[in-house]
Amino acid sequence: MTSEPDLTLTEPVGDAIAKTTCYMCACRCGIDVHLKDGKIRYIEGNRDHPINKGVLCAKGSAGIMQHYSPARLQAPLLRTGPRGSGEFKTISWEEALSLAVEWLAPIRETAPQKLAFFTGRDQSQALTSFWAQNFGTPNYAAHGGFCSVNMAAAGIYTIGGAFWEFGAPDWDKTKLFVLFGVAEDHDSNPIKIGISKLKKRGARFVSVNPIRTGYSAVADNWIGIRPGTDGLLILSIIHQLFLTGRIDLDYLQRYTNAPWLVIDNPGGEDHGLFLRDDLGKALIRDRGTGALVRFDAFGHSPDLNADFVLADGRKVRSVLRLMAEKYLDPRYAPEAVAEQTGIDAATIRGLAAEITRVAFEEEIILQQPWTDMKGEYHEVMIGRPVSFHAMRGISAHSNGFQTARALHVLQTIIGSIDCPGGYRYKPPYPKPATAHPRPHGKPAHVQPGNPLAGPHLGYPLGPEDLLVDDQGKPQRIDKAFSWEAPLSAHGMMHMVIANACAGDPYPVDVLFLYMANMAWNSSMNTRGTIRMLEERDETTGEYKIPRIIYCDAYSSEMVAYADLVLPDTTYLERHDCISLLDRPISEPDAVCDAVRWPVLQPERDVRGFQSVLIDLGARLGLPGFVDPQGQPLYRDYADYIVNHQRKPGIGPLSGWRGEDGLDEGRGQPNQSQLDRYIGNGAFWQKHIPAEALYFKHHNAAYQQFAIDMGFFDTPQPVTIQLYLETLQKFRLSGEGVREPVAPEPYRQRLVDYFDPLPDWYMPLEEQQTDNSVFPFHALTQRPMAMYHSWGSQNAWLRQIHTRNPLYVPGPICNELGLSDGDWAWVISSHGRIKCEIARMDAVNSKTLWTWNAIGKRKGAWALETNAPEANKGFLLNHLIHELLPPKSDGMRWSNSDPITGQAAWYDLRVRIEKAEPGLELAEPSFAPVGRPAGQARAASELRYGQEWSKQ
Amino acid sequence: MHPAYSMIIFTVLSGLGYGLAVVLGLGGLEPSLPSTVLAHILALVLIAAGLIASLFHLGNPQRAWRALSQWRSSWLSREGVMALGTFVPLTLNAGLLLFTGQSEPILGYIGAAGAMLTVFCTSMIYTSLKGIDAWHSALTPACFLLLSLTGGVLLAACFAPGTRLLAGAGLLLLLGAMASKLAWRRRMLRNQPLSTPESATGLGGIGRVRLFERPHTLDNYLTREMGYRVARKHSAKLWAIALVCAFLLPAALLLLSLALGGLPLRSVLVFAVLSHSVGVLVERWLFFAEARHAVMNYY
Amino acid sequence: MTSLPQDRGTTSLGLVIDLDVCVGCHACVVSCKEWNTGGYGSALSDQHPYGDDVSGTFLNRIHSYEVVPEGGEVIGEAGQARIVHFPKSCLHCEDAPCVTVCPTGASYKRASDGIVLVDETKCIGCGLCAWSCAYGAREMDLAAGVMKKCTLCVDRIYNEALQEEDRVPSCVRTCPANARHFGDLGDPRSEVSIMVAERGGYDLMPEQGTRPTNKYLPPRPRISLADQQPAMPLAENTEGARGFFAWLDKTLDRI
Ligand SMILES: Nc1nc2c(c(=O)[nH]1)N[C@H]1C(S)=C(S)[C@@H](COP(=O)(O)OP(=O)(O)OC[C@H]3O[C@@H](n4cnc5c(=O)[nH]c(N)nc54)[C@H](O)[C@@H]3O)O[C@H]1N2
Ligand SMILES: Nc1nc2c(c(=O)[nH]1)N[C@H]1C(S)=C(S)[C@@H](COP(=O)(O)OP(=O)(O)OC[C@H]3O[C@@H](n4cnc5c(=O)[nH]c(N)nc54)[C@H](O)[C@@H]3O)O[C@H]1N2
Ligand code: SF4
Ligand code: SF4
Ligand code: SF4
Ligand code: SF4
Ligand code: SF4
Ligand SMILES: [Mo]
Repeated sequence: MTSEPDLTLTEPVGDAIAKTTCYMCACRCGIDVHLKDGKIRYIEGNRDHPINKGVLCAKGSAGIMQHYSPARLQAPLLRTGPRGSGEFKTISWEEALSLAVEWLAPIRETAPQKLAFFTGRDQSQALTSFWAQNFGTPNYAAHGGFCSVNMAAAGIYTIGGAFWEFGAPDWDKTKLFVLFGVAEDHDSNPIKIGISKLKKRGARFVSVNPIRTGYSAVADNWIGIRPGTDGLLILSIIHQLFLTGRIDLDYLQRYTNAPWLVIDNPGGEDHGLFLRDDLGKALIRDRGTGALVRFDAFGHSPDLNADFVLADGRKVRSVLRLMAEKYLDPRYAPEAVAEQTGIDAATIRGLAAEITRVAFEEEIILQQPWTDMKGEYHEVMIGRPVSFHAMRGISAHSNGFQTARALHVLQTIIGSIDCPGGYRYKPPYPKPATAHPRPHGKPAHVQPGNPLAGPHLGYPLGPEDLLVDDQGKPQRIDKAFSWEAPLSAHGMMHMVIANACAGDPYPVDVLFLYMANMAWNSSMNTRGTIRMLEERDETTGEYKIPRIIYCDAYSSEMVAYADLVLPDTTYLERHDCISLLDRPISEPDAVCDAVRWPVLQPERDVRGFQSVLIDLGARLGLPGFVDPQGQPLYRDYADYIVNHQRKPGIGPLSGWRGEDGLDEGRGQPNQSQLDRYIGNGAFWQKHIPAEALYFKHHNAAYQQFAIDMGFFDTPQPVTIQLYLETLQKFRLSGEGVREPVAPEPYRQRLVDYFDPLPDWYMPLEEQQTDNSVFPFHALTQRPMAMYHSWGSQNAWLRQIHTRNPLYVPGPICNELGLSDGDWAWVISSHGRIKCEIARMDAVNSKTLWTWNAIGKRKGAWALETNAPEANKGFLLNHLIHELLPPKSDGMRWSNSDPITGQAAWYDLRVRIEKAEPGLELAEPSFAPVGRPAGQARAASELRYGQEWSKQ
Repeated sequence: MHPAYSMIIFTVLSGLGYGLAVVLGLGGLEPSLPSTVLAHILALVLIAAGLIASLFHLGNPQRAWRALSQWRSSWLSREGVMALGTFVPLTLNAGLLLFTGQSEPILGYIGAAGAMLTVFCTSMIYTSLKGIDAWHSALTPACFLLLSLTGGVLLAACFAPGTRLLAGAGLLLLLGAMASKLAWRRRMLRNQPLSTPESATGLGGIGRVRLFERPHTLDNYLTREMGYRVARKHSAKLWAIALVCAFLLPAALLLLSLALGGLPLRSVLVFAVLSHSVGVLVERWLFFAEARHAVMNYY
Repeated sequence: MTSLPQDRGTTSLGLVIDLDVCVGCHACVVSCKEWNTGGYGSALSDQHPYGDDVSGTFLNRIHSYEVVPEGGEVIGEAGQARIVHFPKSCLHCEDAPCVTVCPTGASYKRASDGIVLVDETKCIGCGLCAWSCAYGAREMDLAAGVMKKCTLCVDRIYNEALQEEDRVPSCVRTCPANARHFGDLGDPRSEVSIMVAERGGYDLMPEQGTRPTNKYLPPRPRISLADQQPAMPLAENTEGARGFFAWLDKTLDRI
């Protein structure tokens, strides 16, 4: 018998650890990159990091394969063949930047709106928007409009925060957690950490989702709702709460507009608006004295039940009364919504009962005194430990804004917004809509040669804030903030290519895109989008969109459609700044920001895009990028991160400010700031004081903390807007009784959908299609191990999802004789695709679905052209049109939420037919795009790390 | 299980070789006949070819010698040891016969015993695998041994055409091998699998378990190695071919041989051996291809 | 060494996997791959990494099952079926057949802690141990021609160059849902043993007689929401808006 071999068990992992921030997705976890011989040996989660606390997801661990991906672009590219061919020549950076300036400088001097600058999944919107604003074009946005603006806008307007990056459940204290329509979300690791905490404590977890995978698979209760009907379910729960009087009146009268008085004057231009004093402050009635007082005055008991006639004869009623009248209507009774939602009444009642039981009978009392914004001192913090979270399952429907609002109303009436055990804001939120800017881009805001008058994006408070001209014509290329989508707070990137191609409202000269795969998985009607990118003017022969500049790091499908490609670095090769001015990574207990820094040097001719943008800004002489002498203000992005100040003392990073690095939030630039970040694991966090941890929307200590940190300069308490007056103003415009009156085609929509109290309407596509012809819903879900299109270039991740089947509910399979591996046609009113199917029973019986963005265009991503992704994988996007089917008057609305313009990805209606036996190839299929210049063929075998193997 | 050609060729060729060695060792062929020397050499060549074929199955054949070390516990190691060990008496006897014209009966008995033990070890490699229900049966060694002996006797008969003893033994063995193989297959087809998706996952208490998603979309080592599937129709056809070629046709030919003489007799016997070998190749292919591995409960 | 060790102590290191919280994220799969490629033994290779039939060596894989109960819980529409994500790596069996079948002694079970390992310098790549493992826990690396399997991260758990809290397997350290637990299942007082006892942890395929060390914790029983219904307090019935306003008035007077 031989003896056991001696193993060397103690050995350092590598020769250095570089702590930085992951960017395999937008969750932005802290990572420890172990380096060995100048290569990546191992990436693990940073235990000290506030987001991931040491854990890492599959993508994060696969960073090695992303960093060394064969699809990395090698150098700037200039198109030589026709668009889509992928034929390019390599050029130098000097040539690339001069060319960009040659294209952009004249536009700026003559018609800045002819530049459309849209960015995708980046995290440098603080910089890109600043650049665009100084360029002067009104046409700037990131991808939020097609992503989740419903969620963000409904949240900001209602509670001054939202889910996802703006808030999170109190994972440590909640006792009932209800999740709506989430497969993965941006808070990828925190949600998983949170769910496991709940499970450990024995808290109940309910998931409302047509599909029972991922989080839903481990939920204690799964509610397999029919897509697009969550609003009904939520309103039915609200109905139950009103019916049983299980609402937190104390919370409502203190922190919400429930006692505000709404004018009842049908036909009048003030109908449905709040009763306000001369200064515009909303008024309430004191229950004791009957006097009208300002809502925020100290020492009153607001009358939640007010219903009276004013001295001037107008009738007013409290918001809560309006709510009761509305939501007690039997049309919201569980029985009444059961059929539409596909959920039996007993389950709805059970959920409502469980919510109220936990909220009111399992109340948490924290022995933590605090003072509210009216100056009232509270001995304790009272928690209603029910929390909710929702994402695109709700927001990617054309009724998503109202549904998301309904959910916030539900949270509010049980008193669980920012209380112990409830939903908690993440700093710099809460921040009410009124404290956000209004959008800029009205005709007067755009002046050739000058910056835009203010930030592009913001929150309109009424029709007067729309970016339209006197005729009501949209001013932005995406028609954001127009009558078509008034509250499109994140822009409408999904409309840019279609509108630019159609020259509606006007043509553009340069389309400048960053990090968005618009020629493939991020657009609706992908084939149509490709055609628009290729479409030429018949007379001039020039492309309809004359010039496209695109920045990507990899050979995505979009690269082939660019005229000039600016190759980015990987996330381990550049500086990045995850700023509080942008999309925060704070946690409810702490304010946090973070950086990325070059832990490896590129061996290709690539540059970090932000540095390139700063360089371009300087070459164009944009204010903010050059000094009075016209000399560049910043060397590169690192220099900008440290030295740029948005306002005196406020810069991209909040940690280690002040010359000596002792200031936080506000302070002068500190030249060693980046080193301090790097030394601290690439992030900064400041804990919120204990007395400021909850009720932040009305907590004096928190408001002071927020001012100290520089989130705002004066307190910005949030009075939760159960009733949203902004919507009512649009409604009045729609009714034609209030100025500005909406143009005729939009009137009915405003009347129908802009209900100031959340309501449910049938998703627009469902309203407009013959549902006997298209009886099913079709959805996509995020696979946890893939990030959009990026994952397929990753040798490890692509093995997990190499191709995607369409999951078909068992009953449909039985009816159509479909079994695993069969191929089928899936048909929408817009097009058809052919794909492989697989049976599933744990799914709503009317819902087909597949994983998102697995299908690839042949030739992209350095994959062999016979890769399954390109031959068997498919996109649902071919079935989804950016416009709804024409109405009787020929008008085609965009396939978006009528309020926010959020792309309605999940409204899709389809039917399915078994495909005749034959070629098992996904359709539609496209000609391959060429391998971009400089890209070598990928290896046929990988043995990553073999050189280190301990044999 | 994936029917690897190296393994099929190895078991079939070495089976024939060891079978022949048994006949030779027991003195089934007249030592004084020159053809008997050829038979000895043929047995060695078949065994060696089989062993060489088996090396193709290895990821690191250069270390194959290490496989001799674990004879205490591993049937594969025992097989290796026995195979090498059996070479000694077999080669010695072949050498003796070649150079002295005389073989040593004791060596012959040792060689025959070694040959059968080697085949037994081979069969036990499969039999011992509890995770493969089809193989995990005492019938597996019976089949291997009987098939090996049958092949050996048929082969030997070619060297001594018209020997009634060999022909008779051959017929009996054919019948016995067929019976054992029929019993083996009957068991394989009817046997309740030891493990099920429910026991593999432990989720049987919740309900019926069905694979929803593979760990990785495409095949991996496990599914390629253990997940081989033959269509039922296909395997029935192959089984019929195996039955006819391995047993029925050789039996008929043996009977025929008893009635014939001279040159045609030898070619009939050679044909019987060829038919039998083809049949056993098919049988062996099915032996692997039809065996279901417990790991497939996970796929 | 191919025999199982005679002098096994009581220590049995292994994993406990909680099927009640595993969300099937594959984090442990990739973390395992990156730790082990370039760590213990030869790299975990990938064939045709960018081609049509990509496949590679992985020591840990996540399967997903659909379980349809007979007469089980009914929640929501079509609520009967459920998905269970099911991670699987080597179970470090006490009676490990993969060890005893190995002809070379490459495959062995450590006497001190029960970890089953392959000494790749001895492995001839015959594949028999993979055949002998009913669990599919062994994969031949096609580039190296040697057998790979979960090492229980033996080069982490005893690695003094790592911080003490990091001396756990890579998959355990990374699991965002905390569905994987590492410890000594031979010690009845260890955290993992207590967890197993409390949650009814079980063996996979006990009928194979391998006595796995790793244990699985079953999904917890669920209580349907519809059954919650009677708990809804109907004491203050506010039937209709009028009733609500009356109730509201009464309640506000009490505040
Ligand atoms: N791993 C990974 N993580 C990601 C991404 C990724 O690509 N990969 N992408 C990131 C991005 S950009 C985003 S926007 C987020 C999105 O994060 P999620 O919102 O989690 O993303 P989706 O996959 O769109 O999930 C939508 C979920 O809603 C369900 N659903 C659809 N319609 C309805 C409905 O009407 N009602 C209910 N209740 N549910 C419904 C679907 O079944 C699905 O489970 O994820 C981010 N995180
Ligand atoms: N059917 C369907 N379609 C959808 C959705 C859906 O749910 N269903 N979801 C929609 C949503 S919410 C979103 S957010 C979009 C996402 O769609 P996209 O934002 O287009 O998605 P990605 O695939 O992430 O593409 C971003 C591009 O960024 C590039 N990139 C990656 N890393 C870097 C880098 O470091 N630098 C640079 N410069 N570029 C880089 C990638 O190569 C890729 O080309 O998809 C939308 N499309
Ligand atoms: S969730 Fe995963 S991919 Fe996203 S940042 Fe965190 S570790 Fe990276
Ligand atoms: S799981 Fe398989 S490889 Fe691991 S010890 Fe058990 S039998 Fe051996
Ligand atoms: S493959 Fe290697 S470890 Fe497995 S049985 Fe063969 S020699 Fe032993
Ligand atoms: S213990 Fe280590 S080797 Fe085993 S599955 Fe986990 S990470 Fe992989
Ligand atoms: S990392 Fe954890 S939750 Fe994710 S698949 Fe592995 S065991 Fe399950
Ligand atoms: Mo998104």
